[in-house]
Amino acid sequence: MPFLDLVSLQKSFGQLRVVKDFSLGIEKGEFISLLGPSGCGKTTVLRMVAGFETPSAGTIRIDGRDVTGLRPNQRNIGMVFQAYALFPNLTVAENVAFGLKVKGADRAEREARVAEMLRLIGLPDLGGRYPFQLSGGQQQRVALARALAPKPRVLLLDEPLSALDAKVRVSLRNQIREIQRDLGITTIFVTHDQEEALSISDRVVVMNGGIAEQAGAPFEIYNRPATRFVAEFVGTLNLLPAEVEDAAAGRVTVAGAPVALGRPVPPGRVTLALRPEAIHLGPVGDGAAALPGRIDDVHFLGSVIRIQASVGDRRILLDTFNRPGLPPPSPGTETRFSFNPADVLVLEG
Amino acid sequence: MTRVWSWVALAVGVVYFALPLIGTVEFSLRKRRGEYSLDAYREVLGDPRFQETFAYSVVMALVTIAFGILLVVPTAYWVRLKLPRLRPVVEFITLLPLVIPAIVIVFGYIRLFNTSSILPLTGSARGTDLLLMFGYATLALPYMYRAVDTGLRTIDVATLTEAAQSLGAGWVTILGRLILPNVLVAVLSGAFLTFAIVIGEFTMAALLNRPAFGPYMQLLGANKAYEPAALAVIAFAITWACMGLIQLATRLQRHTRAQRR
Ligand SMILES: Nc1ncnc2c1ncn2[C@@H]1O[C@H](COP(=O)(O)OP(=O)(O)O)[C@@H](O)[C@H]1O
Ligand SMILES: [Mg+2]
Repeated sequence: MPFLDLVSLQKSFGQLRVVKDFSLGIEKGEFISLLGPSGCGKTTVLRMVAGFETPSAGTIRIDGRDVTGLRPNQRNIGMVFQAYALFPNLTVAENVAFGLKVKGADRAEREARVAEMLRLIGLPDLGGRYPFQLSGGQQQRVALARALAPKPRVLLLDEPLSALDAKVRVSLRNQIREIQRDLGITTIFVTHDQEEALSISDRVVVMNGGIAEQAGAPFEIYNRPATRFVAEFVGTLNLLPAEVEDAAAGRVTVAGAPVALGRPVPPGRVTLALRPEAIHLGPVGDGAAALPGRIDDVHFLGSVIRIQASVGDRRILLDTFNRPGLPPPSPGTETRFSFNPADVLVLEG
Repeated sequence: MTRVWSWVALAVGVVYFALPLIGTVEFSLRKRRGEYSLDAYREVLGDPRFQETFAYSVVMALVTIAFGILLVVPTAYWVRLKLPRLRPVVEFITLLPLVIPAIVIVFGYIRLFNTSSILPLTGSARGTDLLLMFGYATLALPYMYRAVDTGLRTIDVATLTEAAQSLGAGWVTILGRLILPNVLVAVLSGAFLTFAIVIGEFTMAALLNRPAFGPYMQLLGANKAYEPAALAVIAFAITWACMGLIQLATRLQRHTRAQRR
């Protein structure tokens, strides 16, 4: 049985069904991301786990025990908020000690744990400061330390990095993941940023309209999206409309060029979806499909070269690695783009 | 041209406010014929009735403040947290004491709690004190509630509450360790206003026949010449000291900058 088990959770606010039948089993020590567009119900799921919202239906179990009816302060769950939510009247050390004090830990124990936590987040000397004297990134690390200090069974983070600037965001997300691994704490991380979710999670749950569209490892979500929504929401996709010539054999035409997919496709019209890194410049080996097109623009990003091109009336993006011996093509070049049919995602319609 | 007019406005203000005050101070010093002296002040401060009534009113003020804080802070907090749609209603209710004269309130009290009622509070001195304290709390309610509600606006009440709850805190801890310290400046300014109101209040204390400072001032005013002036200056000084303390409290708060964000 999973350590944290969410069974058929539902939540309505009046007529509005915000979460519709959400189920998820999370193993002990797992790092799960809830990824989805704004308003899809991520926060609501998290708040039900924390106990701030009562599910309209469904069950939440932690370590086999039903906690659905417990109040938030009885659940022993750590929570980190987007807006830091540090207590402004308390110093950093007092903030971190808050949960321990509530639990009745004695002074020596509290001080030791606070020092340990401040070392863990890399701010060992800032215990005496007030929150307003810290940068956003520091405040959020203190909030993390505060949540972790009472040794919660589950850690919940609701878009903890959204209020920070880009550089801090990347370093802090890595730090969060490192600390999570060290402590082995079961974690749910809510974000609308796919890069964030893919880079640090054991598993990503892609949500849309109050349901989980797909749950899986980042590699799986990115490469084998289960639904059109997941395919389009996660990563960049090049969409090429295709006419199906032979549905059973998987033969289609794209922009006038024949493509053999080598597997059955739905009849009628389909859309071929390709990741930027799945499209190559010039012909590749046997079995590859090739489409004629034109280079529109070239962005040299260092290790990666991002190319904007057109196939028929469709604009596509492709990424190639920089190779010192091979200068990038110049805009305006007519060329052929090739791809491996196995890399194609076939979307209906 | 506008500069000239602002100076004129300032001058009018000074004349309007300062002149009577200066006049009163000057008059209060003239008890001894032919020279300025503090005789009137000595007389007032040495009067045991002054000491008794003043001590009584200070104690009443402190009790009223304590009661007001216990009533208003949790209420304003709860309304902000759980009943935000009721805020205008509650605000209106707290403003009612401003439009209902104190005399109406106190007659209502006397009718409801007289010696032949179910709860004969006016039957004993302590009971009447309690009634008077409730009356004072009612008079101070508009100021206290506004101050606290404004203080609560400076913090994210909902998120801070949830953060504390997730750390295991119950309502008492949240109110005592989190909400109250964060609205302390607001509470203190409400408290000093309450203090000033209670010290000067006449109607309720007189009608309930309690030995408070307000009725004493009135009594003195009716019977003496220079002493009431001295007393007025003293009362004025107390009020200003309260205002000064509000300022001081605001400055002393170490984390105010955080609150203002
Ligand atoms: N307390 C509430 N009352 C009414 N509607 C709410 C409440 N909380 C959230 N919602 C609605 O539920 C939907 C999902 O919200 P939320 O879970 O916050 O989404 P997300 O975190 O994915 O952006 C939104 O349309 C939001 O307006
Ligand atoms: Mg959200």
